[in-house]
Formats: sequence, structure tokens, C-alpha cells
Amino acid sequence: MKWLMVGIIVGSTVLADLLQSFEMKRHTVAVEDLRPGRVAGMLAGLARRVPLVVAVFFMAISFFAFMKLLSVADLSFAVPVTAASVALETVLARLILKENVTALRWAGALCVACGVALLAM
Amino acid sequence: MSGGPAVAEEAHLASSGTRRVDLKTKLLTAFVVVTNVLGNFSMSWGMKHQAADLGLSPLAYIRLIFTPWVLLGTALLIIWLLSRMTLLGWADLSYVLPVTSIGYVASAVLGRVFFGEIVTWQRWLGTAFIVVGIVFVGLTAANTTKKEPVR
Repeated sequence: MKWLMVGIIVGSTVLADLLQSFEMKRHTVAVEDLRPGRVAGMLAGLARRVPLVVAVFFMAISFFAFMKLLSVADLSFAVPVTAASVALETVLARLILKENVTALRWAGALCVACGVALLAM
Repeated sequence: MSGGPAVAEEAHLASSGTRRVDLKTKLLTAFVVVTNVLGNFSMSWGMKHQAADLGLSPLAYIRLIFTPWVLLGTALLIIWLLSRMTLLGWADLSYVLPVTSIGYVASAVLGRVFFGEIVTWQRWLGTAFIVVGIVFVGLTAANTTKKEPVR
């Protein structure tokens, strides 16, 4: 059960993050839009963007799987182990989102992935 | 294309990975981390203090959302979701993911302090790896696919 939940969390998180990053880069939110008077309009605008709605659906799946995981595992296990998505998402960010992943960033992502593996032991 | 030299310099700095991260991105990153850590902590506190076994029924989970700690955790995680979404428009996914991983370290510490969870030497070593990884990624440019906001 524990590892099934981890798999569901990682898979749905990867899909959600790719969709969010793709869509938010197409139409970024300006600092002025974060002012109290403009937040409602900004949120309404986000809710009309289909990729973001799909991303939130995947995040909801991840959220409920995370709740289940917390009920059967320690917080200090549950949170770090879901960071397994970091390495996978870095590869996909390079391949799909065409981000410039430098050697230093690869090294950093690798360190984070190693850290996650150790935390999961 | 207008602003040739500025655009060329921007592209050069981004490709070399040396462009400084601006203040708004740093502040939003910190906000994303704090809401995530506190949200996870509240959720975990609420889950550990509920008596019944939840099984796999979605209704049981929906009912649980309306208990105080889980509700607080859910509210914080909604704020986290929206602020992180904004951050993903300002910075690369491959930057945001490792840098916000400091939240994993904070969660491990909170688990040890408040829940008395056993944090083994492997977990502390893993935590150290994550911190080193964050430092590495933090030295790179935040956004290598920069676009102007659409009005």
C-alpha cells in the first residue's frame, strides 16, 4: 500500500508539474496581479486555462494519495520519498519544456535524488 | 526584434547559468517553501490525531478535510499551490523543484521535534545531500526560457 501510494503521488505530480510549468510560462503572472485588489481576477483567469485545470486534477489525485500515505507512514518518510519526482521532472523539463539544464543544475538534481533515496531507506 | 543587445546579453547570461535570481523570485520561493512545510505539518498532525481507520473510501477523506488541523493544512496547501503556480511562470521547473526541496529537510526536522519520529543517520545524510543539491541549483539562472508577462 505504502509504495503504491508513492507511485501514484510521483506519477500524478510529474504530469501536474509539467502542465503547470508549460502553461504558466505561456502566460506568466505579473507582480502587480498579486495585489489584493487583483488576486480574484487573476485566479478567475487561471481557472479558465484548461492545462491548469487538468494539472489541478492530477494534483488532487496526488493530494488524496498523500493523505493516505500519511496515515500509514511517518511524515519524515512520506514527504521526502515523494521527491523522487525531482530527477524524473528535471529530465522531462530538458526534453519537453526545453529548459537549459546546466551541468551544475544536473549535479544539484542528482544530489537531491540521492538525498531522497537515502531518506527512503 | 527590438532591444537586440539586451536580449543577446540576457540569452548569454541564461545559457551560462550565471544570471542572478531577482528579489521577487527569491521572496516567492521562500513563501512557497513556508506554506508547503506548514501545510504538510498541519495535515500530518490532523491525520495522526484522527481515530478511525480511513480505508479507501473517498467520503471518509472528504469528511476528514473538514477537521480543524486538516482544514488548516488544506488551506495552506491551496495557497502553496497557487503561489507555486505563479513561481513556475517566473522560474524554470528544473530550478523550482530542487530549490524548494529545502521543505523536505524542514519536514524531517518537524517530524523529529513534534512527532518524535526516529530520524536515522541515513535520513540526516539524505538531508545533507538535498541541501548540497539546493545550493548547486541555487547558483544557476532561475529562468532560461524567459518570456514577458502577457497583459
